[in-house]
Amino acid sequence: MNALSAPRKWERFLWPVVASALFLVMWDYAVVHTATKVFPSPLMVEQGIAELSRKGVLWAYIGDSLRRVALGFGAAVAVGVPIGLTLGWYPAVNQVVNPVLQMLRPISPIAWIPVAILLFGVGDGTAVFLIFLAAVFPIVVACISGVATVPAIYRRAGRNFGLSAPQLLLRVVFPAALPQIIVGLRLALGIAWLVVVAAEMIAVDSGLGYLVIDARNSGKRYDLVVAAMLMIGLIGLVLDLGFRSLRKIRSVRWGFRDES
Amino acid sequence: MALAESITTRAGTKLSAQHVQMAFSRDGKTTPVLNDVNLQVAKGEFLCIVGPSGCGKSTLLSAIGGFLSPTGGEIRIDGEVVSGPDPRRIFVFQERGVFPWLTVEGNIEFGLFKLAQRERRARVAHYIEMVGLRGFEKAYPSELSGGMKQRLEVARALAVNPDMLLLDEPFGALDSITRLIMRGELLGIWREERNTVIFVTHDIDEAVQLADRVAVMSGRPAGIQQTIDIDIAHPRDISAPRYLELRNGILEQLGIAHHV
Repeated sequence: MNALSAPRKWERFLWPVVASALFLVMWDYAVVHTATKVFPSPLMVEQGIAELSRKGVLWAYIGDSLRRVALGFGAAVAVGVPIGLTLGWYPAVNQVVNPVLQMLRPISPIAWIPVAILLFGVGDGTAVFLIFLAAVFPIVVACISGVATVPAIYRRAGRNFGLSAPQLLLRVVFPAALPQIIVGLRLALGIAWLVVVAAEMIAVDSGLGYLVIDARNSGKRYDLVVAAMLMIGLIGLVLDLGFRSLRKIRSVRWGFRDES
Repeated sequence: MALAESITTRAGTKLSAQHVQMAFSRDGKTTPVLNDVNLQVAKGEFLCIVGPSGCGKSTLLSAIGGFLSPTGGEIRIDGEVVSGPDPRRIFVFQERGVFPWLTVEGNIEFGLFKLAQRERRARVAHYIEMVGLRGFEKAYPSELSGGMKQRLEVARALAVNPDMLLLDEPFGALDSITRLIMRGELLGIWREERNTVIFVTHDIDEAVQLADRVAVMSGRPAGIQQTIDIDIAHPRDISAPRYLELRNGILEQLGIAHHV
C-alpha cells in the first residue's frame, strides 16, 4: 500500500479481515500447540456461543447489559450535559465546584461498589448507578471544556443579534460545543460498557458480566467465559462505531477533522 | 474643496463619539489604547477608519458596537448612549464569524427569530439573492470559499435590517482578486440599502475606493488624526489624479513614504 494514495474500498475491508483471521489462526495454533485442557479453541468458543444462543440466554443477557448501559449512560447524559454546560457557562461556579469534581473523578467506579450496594441493594439499581458514575464525569468535563473553548466571536455575534442568555446558550454555545461534547459522550459510553461488566459480576444475576463469572463458577466453562468476552468486545465495537457515525451529521461535521 | 460639502450638516448625525478614552488593564498595568477620540458620522455615510496596525481601530469599532465600554467619554448613536450590543448595528468580522453548524439559510435566518415564518422566508430568499448565494441555500460554510463565507456574513447582518454596519477588516483574509470583487459588491449593497457603514481597514486603497470619508488614526494611544472627504463619484477611477492625490495625502498623514 502506498502511504500517499488512499486505500481502495476493497482494501479497507480486506486487511482488517485478514488481520482478524490471522489472530484466530494464531489463537487456535497456541491452543493446539500447548495442548491446554482449560483454554478453549476458537471453534469451541463458537460452539459455546451457539449453545448460549440455543438456550436463549445469549440474547437475554445482551439485552440486559445493553438496557443497564442505556439507563446508566442515559442518566449520565441527562445529568452531566446540563451540569457541564452550566459550569462551562459560569466559570465562577466552576472554580468553586471544580476541586470536588476533580477529586471524585479519579475514584474508580469499582471502589463505589460497597456504597452503591448500601444505597441501592443488590440488583439493577446498583449496576445502573455504577455505570452512571463512570459515565457522568467524562461528560461533565467534555461539556465544560466544550463551552469554554467556544470562540468569543460566535458569542459576540449571538449577542449582537439580540439573543437573551438562555437563547445564546441554546442557539450558539451548545451547537458550537457539540462536536466536543460528542467526543466526551463517546468516551463515556466506552467506559460505561467497561463498567457494566464489572457491575454485573457483583450486583446482578444476568447480563454478559454475570455470564463471565457464572460460566467460570458453575463448572469452569471457559468456552462460555471466552464466548462472553468475545460478545462484550464485539458489542463494544458496534457501540463505538455507531457513536462515531454521529460525526457524519452535517451540523457537527465541521468540528471533526476529516478522518472517516 | 468646493465639492466636499460636509455630509454631516446635510443629513442627520448618526453617531457621535466624544472624548472617548479606552484603557486596558492587564497584570496591574494600565495601557491606554484610545485617547480622546472625537468622531461624527452622518446617517447613510460610508466611513472608513484607517491607521497603523494595532493602533486601536478595532477597539474603537468594538466600542461603537457596544461590546466594550469606553473608560472615558461617550459614544452616542441616534442621540442615545451606547450601552451594549444591539441588532440595529451589526458587527461583521472577517468571514470567521459565520456559524459552521448552520447552513447558508440557517445563518441568514439566525437573527430573524422575532419575525413570522413567512417574513423570515422572504428575507432569507431576498438576501441570498442579493449576495449571489443562490443554489447554496443548503450548503454549510465549510463547503464555501472565503469570499462566499464573507458574503454570507454580510447577508446575515443585512437580513436583520440594521441601520448601521460595523465592518472590521472584513476582506482582510481574502485573496486580492476576491477582495476587489467584494468591494464592488459591498458598494452595490450599500447603494441599495443606505445603511450607515463604518469600515475599519489597514488598506488605504480600499478606504479611498469605498469611503465617503476616511478617518485616519494616529499611533497608540490613538486619536483621530484627521478626516478626509473623498470627493470622487462612484464608480471611482483608481488611476485618476484626484484619487492618487487623496491616497497620497493619507499615506503622508500616516507618515509613510509612498515610494517602495
